[in-house]
Amino acid sequence: MATGIVREVDLKALEKIFRGFEGKGESILIPLVQAIQAEYGFLPKEALVKASHHFRIPLSRFYGVVTFYAQFYLTPRGKHTIRCCRGTACHVRGAAKVIETVEQELGLKEGETSEDLSFSFETVACLGACALAPVVVLDERYYGQMNPEKVRVLVRQYKGASIQESSIGEENNGKAD
Amino acid sequence: MADMVELTIDGIKVRAPKGTTVLEAAREMGIVIPTLCYYPGLTPYGACRLCIVELIRGKRSSLDASCTLPVSDGMVVFTNSERVKKVRKVILELLLSTCPNSKVLQDMAANMGVTKVRFKIKDRGCILCGLCVRYCKEQMQSGGIGFVGRGTSRKVGTPFEMTPAECRNCNGCEWICPVCMRACRAGQLVEGICGGCLNVAVVETCPVCVKCSESVGPEGHRAYGK
Repeated sequence: MATGIVREVDLKALEKIFRGFEGKGESILIPLVQAIQAEYGFLPKEALVKASHHFRIPLSRFYGVVTFYAQFYLTPRGKHTIRCCRGTACHVRGAAKVIETVEQELGLKEGETSEDLSFSFETVACLGACALAPVVVLDERYYGQMNPEKVRVLVRQYKGASIQESSIGEENNGKAD
Repeated sequence: MADMVELTIDGIKVRAPKGTTVLEAAREMGIVIPTLCYYPGLTPYGACRLCIVELIRGKRSSLDASCTLPVSDGMVVFTNSERVKKVRKVILELLLSTCPNSKVLQDMAANMGVTKVRFKIKDRGCILCGLCVRYCKEQMQSGGIGFVGRGTSRKVGTPFEMTPAECRNCNGCEWICPVCMRACRAGQLVEGICGGCLNVAVVETCPVCVKCSESVGPEGHRAYGK
């Protein structure tokens, strides 16, 4: 888990988010938390505390909802999210091997995020695309009929891309400075 | 008294105000229905299922938790039929398997004749009745504690496992708990849920007070003792 990396959380963006949810009672809770997550990529504790104070909803309500739904994350997420299906149809067609390959390639276990925040790896129960089994979803894109070889190529492609991007980013930063 | 409904509880015709629950109507008559998650003044929750009653509809009968069942006209309810007793025993066994050490549950088991638990015992120290959560929110207007997680990992907890600012150290969650999950651990309660003992003032100078044992705080008596 990427708990070692402490990121500065800019809470200024929250005020803009809050404006859209004024005066609607406790029913705003889930849309509000979704909006916060859309902004930060995960749910920083500071942001939830601020939202709790702003809307006078106990923090325990936020925490209860956030820990209940799988869509909410309390730890920073990787830049790319890779989801492997382990549903019945995918399992029968060899999802276990695909998952194993991804674990080896990324050095991550299910539900973990890499230290450099480049990848998050999750398994899901079904993606509703059983005809494409085994399915892997990488950043909203579906990749069907995967096997260990194909998924290895895919992961390496993204790994290379993210290394390239970050080095380009560094170069640009250097120029801007 | 226009808003009264007539129903039959254990063969006796009763009139109860509209909007009340079967449990309240039955207790008004003096009928004993065991409950764990019900508490007057807090919203009915229907979690422990012990207040289950048999509802007769024509030739069929169904089981329903009486604490969340509103009274309606012509209702026929049995609170202690053979079916209810049998099911209630199983429910109690299930509850006991999660909290085998609770005195409240042990007493109920003795009352109902439950002598053994056939389920695998997993002591969780909590039956998720939500009494402490509702007490905190509704009675203390605080909302310091809530449910965390879901499914088998669901538990009562504080946000981010820290004592929240909303907590008033009222000790209510410990007081209301039927299985004493929040039982005070005196001195070692640091990141605990309520820190109730912080409320108890330590009497430092009290040479001969008789009643001071009520307010000596978690460390014990300072003037006597150590």
